[in-house]
Amino acid sequence: MKVYGKAVKYGDNVDTDVILPGKYLVLTDPNELAQHAMEGLDSEFTERARNGVIVVAGKNFGCGSSREQAPIALKYAGTRCIIAESFARIFFRNAINIGLPVIECSGISAAVSTGETLEVSLADGEVRNLTKNQVYHGTKLPPFIMKIMEDGGLIENLRRKLKGERV
Amino acid sequence: MNITEKILAKAAGEKAVSPGEIVDAQVDIVMIHDLTGPLTVDAFRRIGVDHVWDSQKIVMVLDHQVPPESVKAAELHKTMRRFAREQRVRIYDIGRGGICHQVLPEKGHVLPGTVIVGADSHTCTYGAFGAFATGIGSTEAAAVMATGRIWLKVPETIRITINGRFKEYATPKDLILSVIGRLGVDGAIYKAIEFTGDAVRHMSVAGRMTLCNMTVEMGAKNGIIEPDETTWQFLKGRTEGAQPVTDLKSDIDACYEKTIEFNINSLEPQVACPPSVDNVKPVSELGHVPVDQVFIGSCTNGRMEDLQLAARILKGRKVNESVRAIVIPASQEVYLQALQEGLIKVFTEAGAIVCGSTCGPCLGGHIGLLAADEICVSTSNRNFIGRMGSPKAKVYLASPATAAASAVTGYITDPGRLRSVNK
Repeated sequence: MKVYGKAVKYGDNVDTDVILPGKYLVLTDPNELAQHAMEGLDSEFTERARNGVIVVAGKNFGCGSSREQAPIALKYAGTRCIIAESFARIFFRNAINIGLPVIECSGISAAVSTGETLEVSLADGEVRNLTKNQVYHGTKLPPFIMKIMEDGGLIENLRRKLKGERV
Repeated sequence: MNITEKILAKAAGEKAVSPGEIVDAQVDIVMIHDLTGPLTVDAFRRIGVDHVWDSQKIVMVLDHQVPPESVKAAELHKTMRRFAREQRVRIYDIGRGGICHQVLPEKGHVLPGTVIVGADSHTCTYGAFGAFATGIGSTEAAAVMATGRIWLKVPETIRITINGRFKEYATPKDLILSVIGRLGVDGAIYKAIEFTGDAVRHMSVAGRMTLCNMTVEMGAKNGIIEPDETTWQFLKGRTEGAQPVTDLKSDIDACYEKTIEFNINSLEPQVACPPSVDNVKPVSELGHVPVDQVFIGSCTNGRMEDLQLAARILKGRKVNESVRAIVIPASQEVYLQALQEGLIKVFTEAGAIVCGSTCGPCLGGHIGLLAADEICVSTSNRNFIGRMGSPKAKVYLASPATAAASAVTGYITDPGRLRSVNK
């Protein structure tokens, strides 16, 4: 699995309240949620993400609330992958579970600038900066998590597993 | 092993587990509420199973957007009720429960030694009873509802030993704010935090819940406290036939990533200044900060002990005319007790508004939102930008005592210094 896109970079401790403010949690349409992605932090995000972006961030990305609407909003706004120094654990699991690729990569924040083009190879955790011609090594995900991502999320993964069990 | 490891080993059917290991754990209870639950219901329907794995082990609570303020919220509640009926799952509807993290222990769904997952980040609150409890997302909650199982990485554990005695008006909230100030908002990311020490042993269930509740604000997977007599005194009569677990203790040779010691003898009232929960200062070093709104409530500080403390300060005094004060008991049970003890009268006479049990202003969903440039002192758990309304509003997190004192003076006030303000 490879993803490709322009980087848009944020700092440390980006919380789920700025990714998707609480007042929008009554919305259920992913495309409506997407219109408010990053509203508390970057009013231009939805415009920038439209054609596909890779979000790059510092430590503890997605801290705070367990709201899955936060990764859903990012995904449907056009985020193809999130690379951060570290993630808040619930956000990390939520992203995987909805099929939004996430990679932990130490040093990524200092190495990448907004606007640079990145290519991410999820299976081996490798991030290529095509603008600067550099390679960064993120943490490889265990095979069973890769399988969830390849299946497009936990529900499809589980559906297939349960189907297989019955056969 | 320490208690977190022991619980996970048992749930995974293993003799022993160690940090870093990924286990497939049997879940005892899964909880969803009205803002995360509808997504769960939707995800569950896509899995392709007809029934939940065990209807007795699923708990639904309507608490975030209650009573519904919009047709959209009402529709979400309808989705939840319909699912509960169809799957014969327990639902605590409006007027029957309150905030999920208060309701689950009150109604006997939380037992020491169990594994509890909930589609809410403050699920870690139940660690106060010696359960392994952690927050998950909606989709994952659906998977657990279908299978009863979840993969978990066994966390490293940070032990926080707390000794000493609280001074008057210093509370468990001031303690946990001070811990977060020292460790930082990513200081315990992916980790377990185990609270030990004399001060924890002497602490009430309410105080222990406040400590464990806010461990997620440091990124922790769970907070946990060894169950003891205090735990069982609370659970007695609430859990059907549950026998005290007497052997749930960390081994003497248990491993910890590190141990941090706190002494609370000289702890002063603390506040977490906006926009970060680890931006913690003693109230005394804050300077003059005028306040527009005071909120006393939430899963962090909406229990009897919190309301009693706030009422002790507000009794015979008035909320400053520049402030609106909102008091929200964490559950129907707390509300009723507050009513019987005369606290609702105290709050009302002081000029505070008392609302029915809900998460309310804490998450800026439907009541008590802030306008631009307004300042709120809140007993809740997050002061992020935009958390309680306008992104230009500011939220200071504090104890119920500091919040009540600030309501009286109109600026952020150390409750110990209020004596000089005439009743």
